[in-house]
Amino acid sequence: MYHYDEHDTTLVRERIEEFRDQIERRMDGRLSEAEFKPLRLMNGVYLQLHAYMLRVAIPYGSLRSEQMRVLAHLARTYDRGYGHFTTRQNIQYNWPALTDIPAMLEDLAAVEMHAIQTSGNCIRNVTADPFAGAARDELEDSRPWAEIIRQWSSLHPEFTFLPRKFKIAVNGAGEDRAGIRVHDIGLQIVQNAQGQVGFEVWVGGGQGRTPRLARKLKDFLEPQDLLSYLTAALRVYNAHGRRDNLYKARIKILVDALGIDGYAAEVAEEWSYIRDGELKLPAGEIARIRSFFSRPSISDPAPLPEAGPAAFRAWLDTNIRPHQIDGLSSAVISLKPIGGTPGDATAEQMDLIADMTERYGFGEVRVTPDQNLVLPHVRHEDLFPVWSALREAGLATANAGLASDIVACPGLDYCNLANARSIPVAQAISETLDAEGLAQAAGEVTIKISGCINACGHHHVAHIGVLGVDKRGEEFYQINLGGAFGEDAAIGEIVGKGLAADDVPPAIARILRAYLDFRDEDERFIDTLRRLGSDAFKEAIYADLAA
Amino acid sequence: MKTLTANRLTDGRVIYRTADGQWTTQLDEAQRLSPEEAAELLPVAEAEFGIAVGPYIIDLDEAGPAGQKWRRESIRLAGPTTGTTHVLGAA
Repeated sequence: MYHYDEHDTTLVRERIEEFRDQIERRMDGRLSEAEFKPLRLMNGVYLQLHAYMLRVAIPYGSLRSEQMRVLAHLARTYDRGYGHFTTRQNIQYNWPALTDIPAMLEDLAAVEMHAIQTSGNCIRNVTADPFAGAARDELEDSRPWAEIIRQWSSLHPEFTFLPRKFKIAVNGAGEDRAGIRVHDIGLQIVQNAQGQVGFEVWVGGGQGRTPRLARKLKDFLEPQDLLSYLTAALRVYNAHGRRDNLYKARIKILVDALGIDGYAAEVAEEWSYIRDGELKLPAGEIARIRSFFSRPSISDPAPLPEAGPAAFRAWLDTNIRPHQIDGLSSAVISLKPIGGTPGDATAEQMDLIADMTERYGFGEVRVTPDQNLVLPHVRHEDLFPVWSALREAGLATANAGLASDIVACPGLDYCNLANARSIPVAQAISETLDAEGLAQAAGEVTIKISGCINACGHHHVAHIGVLGVDKRGEEFYQINLGGAFGEDAAIGEIVGKGLAADDVPPAIARILRAYLDFRDEDERFIDTLRRLGSDAFKEAIYADLAA
Repeated sequence: MKTLTANRLTDGRVIYRTADGQWTTQLDEAQRLSPEEAAELLPVAEAEFGIAVGPYIIDLDEAGPAGQKWRRESIRLAGPTTGTTHVLGAA
């Protein structure tokens, strides 16, 4: 894991003092809210429905155990005893007082964390495959590259006032678990015909009111050119991206306007001026950053356990992922208990996870874009004690990747932008599916819920997406079918008219029952849906509603 | 019937304007205003430096928040509904 150098430490400390002064000036009236708002946003502080919200950056979703302990401490000391892990691998606190935030930032800085660039029109926290450095299907660990991008983009003076926010993801495995096709720039680590490892560059993906899948910008980028190429790509966006219309300011709209070839030509020209300049990455620096991300080594690898209680074996079936080192597996810690709030963890749970990380996880834990956590490296002989401890804490739900592993934005229960609630809908869906055993029966299915068209719940790229809308003061929910997040990324299609909130869980249950009827043997839900089309499921969605 | 609401500067909590120009967390202490009175008072509240951030007008009836934003304002008043399940029909 990366450790701050003197530059990181100084930068973070100076920013805390600067923000402390800005808060003091706001409190005594020297700054108006209009003046203060952009300053607080640059430090991850939003004003939501009931309180301020602090969003803390978790670079590429990777945490050390002592960092998780501080996240627990913040929840316990300054919040209401819990935190909310997000789809961008960050954590949000929903109830801090503005006057407590400098102290929270001090506590974070003590373990090399901050909230810088978790909001605002800048390059946001870089995300990556949560199984990086562990996954068996990995070509190369994406974290060193994400760290290099983090350092380059932190307080980058040229890219602090972009037309709109900018999100970068890096994936180094065959399966795209970082969602590179729904990011402003997605980097897929690939190997070319000569055996060189580099990046396939994707641009202009995103969700929101104008969902777009990223288009391929470059087939192969040599690693040493990463920062010069990103600079050229950002520079073209900064120069030509629209600043006159908030809804047309993301890079996806610029790529639409110029066409991918037009945008690529502009980037190529800009890159030609800077490619061989100071941004070329020295091999020694790449090696230095890589050295922070060593893999664990073990002796006497044990096989996966085959015995144990049925609940343990069910957890092994759903929550364990293959590791590149024999004798180790990655374990998904589901933050989706049936009827619970997706992504929430209490301070006590976070402390327990820190304990697990220290005792059994080689000191590392990850946050996933599905709002779960991962112990990336667990010895097979430790899986049972890990499961036992997690179960005691309500963290051993055997549903990773199943339909009850629901992603949901905070929705109208917290968010100032939301039109409808998300979390209670997710809670009710998971309870409905669990009561009928449908989540287990249906296997791999993604359900994602957004409370407004900004799509923080990623409903566009769910197999079953749910979008909350407001119609004259009442909540309705549109069902989207056929979206996908990974290497087979797709934008789902809206199927028919919106449903009342109470009608959503039974409608989703009917979709899954229809799938169980329609599927060929062992066919996944998304494959059945693609084979038959969404119309085949429309009758199931609206059955019983006419009566 | 209308009143003015905002978030409290120090901690962001939901507050309502009282008849004596103060702010309270209790909706039943809020000043009830006609639409004209609310429209007149809003720029006054906006211009004040004080504990209120982003004041705006909401609709009320005898039971509480009303109008098209009744659910949003009910959640602001009572807190998140996420601790309960099977209550999707009500805020």
